[in-house]
Amino acid sequence: MNSIDIVNGKKDDHDIKVFTISTCAWCKKVKKLLRSMDVEFRYVDIDLLEGEEKNKVREELEEYNPKRSCPTMIIDGGDEVIIGFKEDKIKEVLEEEKEDEEIH
Amino acid sequence: MRKYIKNDAEENDYFLCPDEELLDDLIEGLVENKKRYGYPSCPCRDASGLKTYDSDIICPCEYRDVDVDEYGMCYCGLFVSEEVKKDPSKLGPIPERRPSEIIEAAAEAGNDKNKVEKTPLSEKEGSIKVWRCTVCGYLAGRETPPPVCPICKAKAERFVVFKNLS
Repeated sequence: MNSIDIVNGKKDDHDIKVFTISTCAWCKKVKKLLRSMDVEFRYVDIDLLEGEEKNKVREELEEYNPKRSCPTMIIDGGDEVIIGFKEDKIKEVLEEEKEDEEIH
Repeated sequence: MRKYIKNDAEENDYFLCPDEELLDDLIEGLVENKKRYGYPSCPCRDASGLKTYDSDIICPCEYRDVDVDEYGMCYCGLFVSEEVKKDPSKLGPIPERRPSEIIEAAAEAGNDKNKVEKTPLSEKEGSIKVWRCTVCGYLAGRETPPPVCPICKAKAERFVVFKNLS
């Protein structure tokens, strides 16, 4: 599927997938934040999809967020789901692991 | 588009998003949707592309008034209350109020563009309150009275519930 865009980043300890809408200002904020944190992530703009592909992505999103609102961020296959641009929460979840690693 | 939105905010005693960057992105999204669908549907919602199914989310959307009343901002944050304008840190995600059945029906209809436009969805009869401006007689169907009458500028407290419906 080429509808999923990958943004490369140096930090890839989490598997991050974000469901977004291309015209959505809050989705842009999430993408921008992740880029500024140098985190690797995948995103899919659901408004740009059509037909069968759109249905599939919609169903996937619905599993995590029944209203299918965007942005919805799925971390590590659903260990954490963040709905909406919650900057503090996003930073907290993504920076947590780093601290753990420092202890090891 | 910016002018249209600004006028609408002024008429209804709302304010535009105090975060300039966000505001620009929201207006850009509206312009894009107008180009894409022919009408400026909410930039933060996935439109079906069928006007009858998207009519409730054409900006200003049907959910704006109640959301600004309850959360100080509409779903996408384009329109805000005076309180949020003064303290932009209060801007943030709010729950999607659009009913799941409408989201579902619109998505389904959008899948099958050949099905053309069928019955409009937003004929939700019954429960909605009607408010009457005691100064000029303007009627508004919404949960709470408008903050200010868009016609004569009377304040919310000059509105009373209009009961003489049929």
